[in-house]
Amino acid sequence: MKKQSLHISTSPHLSQGTSVEVIMRNVVYALLPLSFYSVYAFGWNAALVILTAVFSAVLTEHVLSKLSNKESTISDWSAVITGLLLGLTLPPIFPLWMTFLGGVIAIAMGKFLFGGLGYNVFNPALVGRAVLQAAFPVAITTWQDAFSIDRFTSVNSSIWAMPFMMPVVDGTSGATPLSAFKFDGVVTDTSDLAMGLVSGSAGETSTILILLGGLYLVIRNFMNWKIPVSILLTVFIFSGILYSINPELYPSPGFMIFSGGLMLGAVFMASDMVASPITTLGVIVYGVIIGSMIVIIRIWGGLPEGVMYAILFGNALSPHIDRLIQNRVYGTSSAKS
Amino acid sequence: MLLTQNTFKHGIHPPENKDETKGLPIRQFSFAPLLILPLSQHIGKAGKIVVREGQEVVRGQLLAESDGFLSVPLHSPVSGTVKKIANVPTLSGKMTPGIYLESFPSSTQEIIEGEAVDLESASVDEIINGIQQAGIVGLGGAAFPTHAKIKIPEGKHCDTLIINGIECEPYLTTDHRVMLEQDQDIFMGIRYLMKATQAKECIIGIEANKQDAADYLSAKLPKDIPVSVKVVPVKYPQGAEKMLITALLGKEVPSGGLPIEVNAVVVNVATTAEIGRLLPHGRGIQERVITVTGPGVINKGNYLVPIGTPLRFLLDRVGVDENMSEVYMGGPMMGMAVANLDISIVKGTSAVVVFTSKEINSNHKVYPCIKCGACVDACPLSLNPSKLGLLAKFESYDKMAAEYHLMDCFECGSCSYVCPSHIPLVQYFRLSKSIIRKQNVKS
Repeated sequence: MKKQSLHISTSPHLSQGTSVEVIMRNVVYALLPLSFYSVYAFGWNAALVILTAVFSAVLTEHVLSKLSNKESTISDWSAVITGLLLGLTLPPIFPLWMTFLGGVIAIAMGKFLFGGLGYNVFNPALVGRAVLQAAFPVAITTWQDAFSIDRFTSVNSSIWAMPFMMPVVDGTSGATPLSAFKFDGVVTDTSDLAMGLVSGSAGETSTILILLGGLYLVIRNFMNWKIPVSILLTVFIFSGILYSINPELYPSPGFMIFSGGLMLGAVFMASDMVASPITTLGVIVYGVIIGSMIVIIRIWGGLPEGVMYAILFGNALSPHIDRLIQNRVYGTSSAKS
Repeated sequence: MLLTQNTFKHGIHPPENKDETKGLPIRQFSFAPLLILPLSQHIGKAGKIVVREGQEVVRGQLLAESDGFLSVPLHSPVSGTVKKIANVPTLSGKMTPGIYLESFPSSTQEIIEGEAVDLESASVDEIINGIQQAGIVGLGGAAFPTHAKIKIPEGKHCDTLIINGIECEPYLTTDHRVMLEQDQDIFMGIRYLMKATQAKECIIGIEANKQDAADYLSAKLPKDIPVSVKVVPVKYPQGAEKMLITALLGKEVPSGGLPIEVNAVVVNVATTAEIGRLLPHGRGIQERVITVTGPGVINKGNYLVPIGTPLRFLLDRVGVDENMSEVYMGGPMMGMAVANLDISIVKGTSAVVVFTSKEINSNHKVYPCIKCGACVDACPLSLNPSKLGLLAKFESYDKMAAEYHLMDCFECGSCSYVCPSHIPLVQYFRLSKSIIRKQNVKS
């Protein structure tokens, strides 16, 4: 036998083969059909908003890594997800400079400040959006009707608003199904909601594509299905009870499930591994809390929509859920010794 | 041999890679010209040498006698000459006291017999002593002296003797072949073990990927002892004592406790066969079955290898790929990578697995923990490796042990296997455990 140099490693010498990068990349794949549909429904406006958000998130991640003398972490794809999710939660005619700012805030405040990937307490995209919501309440609730005729021929002027100036609100804005219900008592058809034929944030309107993206991730074992399922079930049951008490006053559970950002939030935001609990029971508690908060805010709160705040609330509780709810260790009588 | 759906919680499914060797009958391996025998081939105190340099010994002759209860003797694996009594290299990298033994090339290699342990007339203590004098340790890999394991402590009793034929490590087919070829030895061993433990029944646990072995043993079950075969679903690490007890009996061994706490004793199937073969003749263990496999091995197989056979000699005989990159003693999940080929096969060596540079992907990038929960879903003990990993990083060893049950971890490696961030979790835990043990010794 010829002289061999042996490589030494410690067991286990086998590995399952997935990596963080693979998981993140697949989340991006899962979001792509939705992004394309959004562009199809809202035209160039949506394309510009989504691209700006992604560009700004990735750029911020890269610059901050370099500034702290670390290897750039953009190759793990997580910044792309943050940018995509942020873009998809914004109105399609949101001014680009605000979008850009949102991407910077999402990464810098939502992620980097906590220590980067794996250490963020909140979903970074939602942190970015929450700041934008607080700073620009008018712009973030100015919507565009889906499938307007000129969506591929012209770009809405408000999108080009100069930084730190009030954007000119364009005439195409329309109410979202949730605000129409909340303020005028108008109920939108559930099938229109599911198909995404309504106005709303760029990526929240097509429930079916969101579910397909989620299904893809669940099949590939890249997402914990218990999170969206427990949120959706909670919303369905909670609003179902209310609806059965007084169908005049409360919206139907179907309307609640398919409207607004619930589906996008439940499938792609609340399921953010980093910011959600780790045990099965913890995840279910987390889902029930988020689902309940959504119904409470939507029905009794001042806002038409509550998904963002409900998820941020769930994120904040997540470390505490993990501390309080632990798996019972084999051979012990209770979870706590 | 009903297939029970009973198993333990969590666990993983690494690719098995057993097909290449599971159909290959056990073959006698040739005798190396020079054997390397560390005295300590088991957990516990090493034996005391009873031969001198230059002395001629016969195969089966005592080379070292046991030194205390947690110690077993060492018998000569060949007829030959004690060439040197000196330090020998071991798997851990340390040099330990041992014997270099030159074998006679033309010897018939007949084994001498000692004082037989008669099944009918022997007392519990005589059987336990007989097992110790035969130099038997757990052949599954842990190398714990078997006689110490089956001695039931005062005030306890054993209801069930479990024979462990799980063999859940990928690549390994040693126990599989033993079950298919050494049924009579296994049943004889069970008779001795049942008498020694006073167990009321005996269950042979086998994973569903060895259905042929389960069928074979079921067909051969003797009438004189209450023994049955149970097939459990394939899952790693079901071969771990605690996991197997849970799968077969539905009981949990208390944290920090031994199987006897739930009135069970678990013995590996190859160890059982060895007991059944050696005790009626008063012999000592001189060889064991080893699976030699992996993408880097040319003549893969299950070989009956004399203890002390140098690894270099073994690999030379079976032939290895020129791109040989890593050699493991034991399976790839829990086995150790070999740093030098001058070590030898010892009683606890269940397999030699060779990987080539193609299979080794050492440039896994380590990412921070993204709390995906894969490790939590994999850990057979329902520990929280994610949290433990974080605590290890902050050197919060006390918290790891006191609040997160680190000391229960038996280092199966499932957490590291599934981690998409490639965090060396079980490696952290091994280190943390040894630091905690040292701290405990100090205080």
